[in-house]
Amino acid sequence: MRNVDLVVIGGGPAGMCAAVSAYNAGIKSILVLERDAALGGILQQCIHNGFGLHRFKEELTGPEYAHRCEKELRELPVEIQCGTMVTDISRDKVVTAVSPEKGVEKIYAKAIILAMGCRERPRGALNIPGSRPAGIFSAGTAQKYVNMMGYMPGKNVVILGSGDIGLIMARRMTLEGAKVHAVCEVMPYSGGLARNIEQCLNDFEIPLYLSHTVTKIHGDKRITGVTISKVDEKMQPVKGNEFFIECDTLLLSVGLIPENELSKGAGLSLDNATRGCIVDQSRETEAEGIFACGNVLHVHDLADYVSEEGEIAGKGAAEYILGLQKKTEKISVSGNEYVRYTVPQFLSSVEGNMKIYYRTGSVLSDVTISVVADGVVVSKQKKKKIVPGEMQFVLLKDGDIPEFTKEIKVCIDKN
Amino acid sequence: MKKYLTCIVCPMGCELEVEVDGEKVVSVQGNNCVRGRDYAHTECTDPRRVITTTVKTKDGRIISVKTDKAVPKNMIFECMDFINALRPECSNGCNVGDVLCKNILGTGASLVACSKIQRM
Repeated sequence: MRNVDLVVIGGGPAGMCAAVSAYNAGIKSILVLERDAALGGILQQCIHNGFGLHRFKEELTGPEYAHRCEKELRELPVEIQCGTMVTDISRDKVVTAVSPEKGVEKIYAKAIILAMGCRERPRGALNIPGSRPAGIFSAGTAQKYVNMMGYMPGKNVVILGSGDIGLIMARRMTLEGAKVHAVCEVMPYSGGLARNIEQCLNDFEIPLYLSHTVTKIHGDKRITGVTISKVDEKMQPVKGNEFFIECDTLLLSVGLIPENELSKGAGLSLDNATRGCIVDQSRETEAEGIFACGNVLHVHDLADYVSEEGEIAGKGAAEYILGLQKKTEKISVSGNEYVRYTVPQFLSSVEGNMKIYYRTGSVLSDVTISVVADGVVVSKQKKKKIVPGEMQFVLLKDGDIPEFTKEIKVCIDKN
Repeated sequence: MKKYLTCIVCPMGCELEVEVDGEKVVSVQGNNCVRGRDYAHTECTDPRRVITTTVKTKDGRIISVKTDKAVPKNMIFECMDFINALRPECSNGCNVGDVLCKNILGTGASLVACSKIQRM
């Protein structure tokens, strides 16, 4: 049995930045648990660039970004234990972890930060008809094979899903000599960044089929091709519009799901839209002293925002441990019909500046985003365009929200 | 003549409207910063891309790498073949930022390590 002030579960950008921030806020007894052999999380396999423009003011690759976070962390006397899998946490903050060196151990913490990241949605979640041949990978698995192990999963590729990972992998497979025949997207728009459509698909003349999906997988031992169908507004395949593409590899890039098995085990309630914990402005969950940040809380578009959230949670955990929290009555935060979710989902203090992150569920042009506190508009801004693929935020300055507010609403309205 | 581009400099992805007269860029609209204007100019006259990829060391370990400058777009595959044939030694290990190869195929760009490997 061990006692520490703070246990951080996960050594990706969220966990590393949370640990640094908690240390700087006065917590000296910190333990970071990482299940992989090295720190860095998924950034290790994201060898493309585009990371760190906000945080480091320069364009870095994923491994470089991770390296910078790791360097900051390793300069501090924070205990880091890789190769360690957390199997259980409890509401009274007992962490059960297992590693080859220490076997099963119980760690008693004053506070816990959840930073476990997310997982890819698998084929099983899609119900694609057809056989079960080899050659079907989630895009992230293929990314690990190519970028970390040096294996190519195949030569003729179809990608289902146009999120950023799918687009990045279309380019990566092409650069390494594969032919990417198509990227299919069931929605009428891509979930990826516009720059990635440009530099990953258009640069290599890879066709993007919007409102199309894979309706059949062909092949016995190895995949030999896919049937692709156009879908209608209700995302149902339209008969008579199918076509066949021969391929030996199908990559699935169909969404990420926060990995909350530990949170569920501790009985924490999850938000149906984010699939992460419900948190306040300091990223404290409904369980006192348990915080969450990064992709385990909600899936982010940029590592920079993950780091920022890690820092918020680290500072929050430090304040909790040091007894510096000043809580008011719970203020609920929600959105109108165009807002898919907000983070945080509630506030327990209105002190200081804070950002309310939100994501829309549809592509909208010329909108006004207002923040309404108990029926009174406290902030207003206009945006030319907002899309589901890009997280937005409103900045609330100290004093913007009146004391004793009960409810805050983020409203997107068309102009 | 008008050209429509998506700026790839940052995640904002500004939609650029570029007025081109032959080889010359006359005006750029839609950019939110100066980098967007610069991107429009190079994209219309001499399109370039940074390459991010991996190299395999002689002993079979993988290092993620990037070019420290953008290389001409039409040389991307040539550069890929060159990088894949490099097989650097790296038996003393390799740190983030180490230059593995200078002036790739005369482009002026160097190949820089983005991840580290330990000494064998």
